[in-house]
Amino acid sequence: MTAQAVEAPRTDVRAPGLVKALADGAVVAKRNLIKIKRVPDLLVFSTIQPIIFILLFAYVFGSAIHPKGISYREFLIPGIFTQTVIFGATITGAGLAEDMQKGIIDRFRSLPMSSSAVLVGRTTSDVLNNILVIAIMSGTGLIVGWRVRSSVGEAIGGFLLLLAFAYAFSWIMAVVGLMVPSPEVVNNAAFMIIFPLTFIANTFVPSNNLPTVLKAFADWNPISSLTQASRQLFGNTGTAPLPDGPWSLHHPVIYTLIWIVGLLGVFIPLAVRQYKRAASR
Amino acid sequence: MADVIRAEGLVKSYGDLRALDGLDLAVPEGAILGLLGPNGAGKTTAVRILTTLLEPDSGSAFVAGVDVRKDPAKVRALIGLSGQYAAVDEYLTGYENLDMIGRLYGLGGARSKARARELLERFRLADAGDRPAKTYSGGMRRRLDLAGALVAAPPVLFLDEPTTGLDPRSRTDMWEVIVELVQGGSTLLLTTQYLEEADRLADNIVVIDHGRSIAEGTADELKAQVGGERVEVVVGDTADVPTAREILGQLADGGGCEVEQHTRRLTAPVRGGAAVLMEALRRLDAAEIVVQDVALRRPTLDDVFLILTGHRTMDEAPPTEPNKDPEGELVEAAK
Ligand SMILES: Nc1ncnc2c1ncn2[C@@H]1O[C@H](COP(=O)(O)OP(=O)(O)OP(=O)(O)O)[C@@H](O)[C@H]1O
Ligand SMILES: [Mg+2]
Repeated sequence: MTAQAVEAPRTDVRAPGLVKALADGAVVAKRNLIKIKRVPDLLVFSTIQPIIFILLFAYVFGSAIHPKGISYREFLIPGIFTQTVIFGATITGAGLAEDMQKGIIDRFRSLPMSSSAVLVGRTTSDVLNNILVIAIMSGTGLIVGWRVRSSVGEAIGGFLLLLAFAYAFSWIMAVVGLMVPSPEVVNNAAFMIIFPLTFIANTFVPSNNLPTVLKAFADWNPISSLTQASRQLFGNTGTAPLPDGPWSLHHPVIYTLIWIVGLLGVFIPLAVRQYKRAASR
Repeated sequence: MADVIRAEGLVKSYGDLRALDGLDLAVPEGAILGLLGPNGAGKTTAVRILTTLLEPDSGSAFVAGVDVRKDPAKVRALIGLSGQYAAVDEYLTGYENLDMIGRLYGLGGARSKARARELLERFRLADAGDRPAKTYSGGMRRRLDLAGALVAAPPVLFLDEPTTGLDPRSRTDMWEVIVELVQGGSTLLLTTQYLEEADRLADNIVVIDHGRSIAEGTADELKAQVGGERVEVVVGDTADVPTAREILGQLADGGGCEVEQHTRRLTAPVRGGAAVLMEALRRLDAAEIVVQDVALRRPTLDDVFLILTGHRTMDEAPPTEPNKDPEGELVEAAK
């Protein structure tokens, strides 16, 4: 085997692995952000939907639901945050499915780039997207009467927790996106997963009065703990008593963090493996 | 052994279908190998294996001495690929596409930018360079994709049907670029459906069918195998076919004259080019046969395929030449 036959490559892939991986991730993330800039409809729709949700729930449900010790709107907004950032994760899956479908993944896979860079870039740009969406929603929330009643530090913690959970969730969607044949399928699959997950929880209504089986699910549903954690961190619990739930709802921040670590630990390797195999179909 | 691209016994199956069935390839440094084959022959599959996109079921492949299966990352730093279907990001501009590829190759910002502009110029995309690729025509996307393969000036290139869908001018441009690359020392494997292209560019041609190499040689060798030039005559009257057949048979160089009854088309292998054609016309005229159409044909890819793959057309007359099984014969010759 004569490698000398060919002049040395001009690129040094073996260069500091982590640095190159991060640099590659940044290049891919930048590319995804350019797409958001070129196709603003994407962003418009991903922000209009939560705004509509806020308005619908606030004005329609708000007249019928009166949680103990807190105005419904304050109760609601953290729930909408949760649902929205989780829907934001679908962009990861749909984006990857589209790249697969259009063959761009083939281009990436033939380049001397870190094999996780496409996934890291994708999930990172979706965090940026989520930050923007949360900002818009917070504005809308403030208009309809939502208030942050905690300290600045706690509020920042709340936003970070939302983003971190969404980031972990986007790795699930990455696996889905790499397994299905088209972006449309990702969107449909996302609806099937995300709607039950966010509705069988304390997101939009207090979960105390749910039937037993559903209540058990809702109690241990990480969406519930994330929502409960945001309510606490934003100070939106008012004088409401602690939900009568298990440990998960009494220590929502820790329970949510455990989920985040668990999801990342399971789905990052799965996504990377799926990425390596996927383009060969 | 200075083969920069080498494959041995590549096998790849999709379910029951053997897309590659023991393919061997070898391309010496600085050479161009043309991979020819009908649809579904396995060309793309071979390219995908060599470019690390696909794992073969068995067999081995080396690029510049690096094992494709064991060290794909190292291979990727050495190769440039333009796949059969343009892999460009349509939301990015042409410039952004190339700049991104440069950075992912690790060229760094400044060199990536300069290289992107240079290649846009080279592929006549400078004017469209700052428009999203979504607005490009098929041929423009194709050219952008080809430019993508060249960003890092890699020493080994794989181009899967690089000129399919290009207009004649772009095709000639592309050929020029390819020739330049190889003069610069690159080694290249290209697949194509056009014999003319393989003829112009390739030092060596491998014809594959059903995932296996069925013939190998220079363009001239292959053409010689399928029989060189032919005279083709269409006579005006069916009644004249036997006489015309006799006349062409006398001029034929080995083999005989083939006849397609319903179209009144006669084909005979000849040697001597235009002079033989004139002679044929003179004799046909003397026999008072009305000639509707006449041509001197060089073998086309069709002929190569027809004969090498043994898929003869239905309405063809039984071969008059003693030459039994064309496939068996030529496969022998190829080895
Ligand atoms: N992912 C796949 N799944 C199933 N079969 C496949 C797949 N990819 C290729 N094949 C089959 O393998 C065979 C070889 O395909 P390949 O794409 O290599 O042919 P090709 O020579 O490039 O053809 P073309 O000239 O049409 O591009 C074909 O019969 C094709 O149907
Ligand atoms: Mg092909």
